[in-house]
Amino acid sequence: MRYITPRKSAEGLGSAHSGTLHHWQMTVSAVALAILTPLFMITIARAIGLPRELVLAYFARPLPALITAMFVIVGMVHFIKGTRIMIDDYFQGCTRKAAIIISVIFGWAVIATAVYALVRMGLGAIVVL
Amino acid sequence: MADVNRGNRPLSPHLQVYRLPLAAVTSIMTRITGHALVAGIVLIVWWLAAAVASPGAFACADWVVRSWLGFIILTGSMWALWYHLLAGIRHLFYDAGYGLEIGQAEKSSQAVIGGSVALAVFTLIIFFLF
Repeated sequence: MRYITPRKSAEGLGSAHSGTLHHWQMTVSAVALAILTPLFMITIARAIGLPRELVLAYFARPLPALITAMFVIVGMVHFIKGTRIMIDDYFQGCTRKAAIIISVIFGWAVIATAVYALVRMGLGAIVVL
Repeated sequence: MADVNRGNRPLSPHLQVYRLPLAAVTSIMTRITGHALVAGIVLIVWWLAAAVASPGAFACADWVVRSWLGFIILTGSMWALWYHLLAGIRHLFYDAGYGLEIGQAEKSSQAVIGGSVALAVFTLIIFFLF
């Protein structure tokens, strides 16, 4: 006998209580990254090997800064959600909790570092002008 | 246990002797490339942060990026990124219900491997030409 009504199970969104939200977020970020990846590769390939002054000037321009920021932010959010699935598959208990915490902190630290660097380069260009 | 039919029931594959089909290998590779890509993004973000930090910090990061180790990490990441992108697009098709037959999955596996190598070689050629 089922103790839970169909309506209750639909409203509760399953045992995870978030339904297919995680999968849908991965789908959306995957499509975004499919567009951003070629743009990011071109952006980085053009900057690698430049002297420091030209690197600072290059990432002060809107398109390289925006493409890099969007790729790192969407990419690392995709990474955090992706590692979460891997961690859920392979680890249990306290190890799982620790791995999830490390993954989330690491992901956001990478995002913060990249955004800080890009903001500094952008503001630096404005101050010089 | 004497009368149990041992010959005719489905057995779960013993993973140490079971030869994984190509579709399984390419699926696992999606996860491995996705996680390995962290090396490339950390190198690039470190290089960006070093550029705003100081000339000395940039010289250090730039030396690593231009070294043979940096070349291996960035070129490897570039291929892994193409692989993960193609395999990810295949997963979007899987989600939509396409390409799930064994023959189709075998073909798309070959396409993901071949396509990622071709795109990586193409990207390297473009990079060194321009």
